[in-house]
Amino acid sequence: MPDINELYQQTIIEHHKKPRNFGKLEHYTHHAEGYNPLCGDHLHVYLRVGADQIIQDVSFEGDGCAISRSSASLMTESLKGKPLNTAKELFNEFHDMLLKKLDPAKDPHHLGKLSIFAGIWQYPSRVKCASLSWHTMTGALEQKESVSTE
Amino acid sequence: MNTFDPKSIRSDFPVLSRRVNGRPLVYLDNAATTLKPQTVISAEMDYYQNFTSNIHRGVHTLSEEATDRYEAVREKARAFLNAHRSEQVIFTKGATEAINLVASAYGEAFLKAGDEIIISEMEHHSNIVPWQLLCERKGCVLKVAPMNDRGEIIFSEFQKLLNEKTRFVSLVYISNSLGTINPVKKLIKEAHKYEVPVLLDAAQAVNHFAVDVHDLNCDFLVFSGHKLFGPTGVGVLYGKKELLEAMPPYQGGGDMIASVTFKKTTFNTLPYKFEAGTPHIAGVIGLGAALDYVKEIGFEAISKYEQDLLEYGTEKLLTIDGLSLIGTASQKAAILSFTLPGIHPHDIGTIVNKEGIAIRTGHHCTQPVMAHFQIPATSRASLAFYNTYDEIDQLVSALKTVKTIFA
Repeated sequence: MPDINELYQQTIIEHHKKPRNFGKLEHYTHHAEGYNPLCGDHLHVYLRVGADQIIQDVSFEGDGCAISRSSASLMTESLKGKPLNTAKELFNEFHDMLLKKLDPAKDPHHLGKLSIFAGIWQYPSRVKCASLSWHTMTGALEQKESVSTE
Repeated sequence: MNTFDPKSIRSDFPVLSRRVNGRPLVYLDNAATTLKPQTVISAEMDYYQNFTSNIHRGVHTLSEEATDRYEAVREKARAFLNAHRSEQVIFTKGATEAINLVASAYGEAFLKAGDEIIISEMEHHSNIVPWQLLCERKGCVLKVAPMNDRGEIIFSEFQKLLNEKTRFVSLVYISNSLGTINPVKKLIKEAHKYEVPVLLDAAQAVNHFAVDVHDLNCDFLVFSGHKLFGPTGVGVLYGKKELLEAMPPYQGGGDMIASVTFKKTTFNTLPYKFEAGTPHIAGVIGLGAALDYVKEIGFEAISKYEQDLLEYGTEKLLTIDGLSLIGTASQKAAILSFTLPGIHPHDIGTIVNKEGIAIRTGHHCTQPVMAHFQIPATSRASLAFYNTYDEIDQLVSALKTVKTIFA
């Protein structure tokens, strides 16, 4: 097992305490509610997508652990201003990384700061914490009202 | 046993020699399940190795041995609960199934639309959902006795709920998420004024002190073997004889019948009427070993030591700045539920696990309790007689690490 500080890095703690893009978005085009019944983590993701298929703005709100909140916060940062195709690509890369199918140290990727979640596969019970906001975002784009991790 | 020695007791539990993340295991999740002593493990293995066979039908040696051993546990469980007769002990797969059995069999036969069922605000989901399902089927009404902010049932509110429409009361003896020991004898007495039967969910009680169904005068009582140092998948329903006899069967199958024709089936007598199919024979035999084990240590010693641990743990946890205890009833079992401001219990659980400490984090299958305190979850350290003062110190030290990481 790696050092606990590798999981709870400063960036994660900092985004947990001061999440970016937190709160309900005005004039959103897409929204979904994500829920992890196992631990009670609960969040909403809002997106405003333009006619040009660009994510003009994105936000989240809700309660959760440091992993789920910081992951949601970092997700909103990385999606803002990106085309929908890129969002889907990032989701796939992020998902592969959580499942240890993609190693950001070796494999090509576009994850940027999101690669701080690379070690999370070593904590199987916490993978869903990191992925909840991403599943909720995908659900919103697919017009699903609610997303559950179970 | 005159002196209580946790060190020698610890050697009875093989898993306590394990290391987790390079550290000796500190197991503080006893309200989820207790550890198993070697005698329980050996008893189950003995059945599989030496006398595997089905019970209640064979005339061969192995079957007779298995039947004798299985039925001997019924007598042990009777003595354990101080019940009158062994046929008042029904083996189930756990406390949950036992509650479902009563909700289904008693509920189907004796409850009708408009009847009221009382539970409390601090019930485990297993003592909420079976009654909700029954209410949906029959049109009964579920009433909830509220608790105060210390996590104690408000007696006057419970009294107010009782009326001539009340037909059943089902209450938890000890709250799994708060540790509250409810004054069940007093609550039962009150319900009996209206001739209402009372079921006690004793899943969290049977491992802490002696439970006497005769003295409590409860009508039903349920517990699980795995929370009493026994195997998973086995539990007990105790019931008053006249109630059990009046109830229709819960499930149909082998062993629960007297005779079967395609026109008419007549049912077996107690307790077999409620034990359809081949039961968890190995589990019941393992439970017997667990009952022997706690009897040998003695509840007097267990209760005293656990109360000392609880007092020490309460004091030590409260030295952590900002920590709030959830559940501060005047009568408590050795369960410590707590929160730290700004730190989610799951983060706490992951970090202390790195130091080999197993605690439970989440809603503990008591979402209404979490709603009462307006929190999503708690961290919970639940103690048993094999835990030590040193382990509590280790938890406190790990919680200080958590605070440093989140500082």
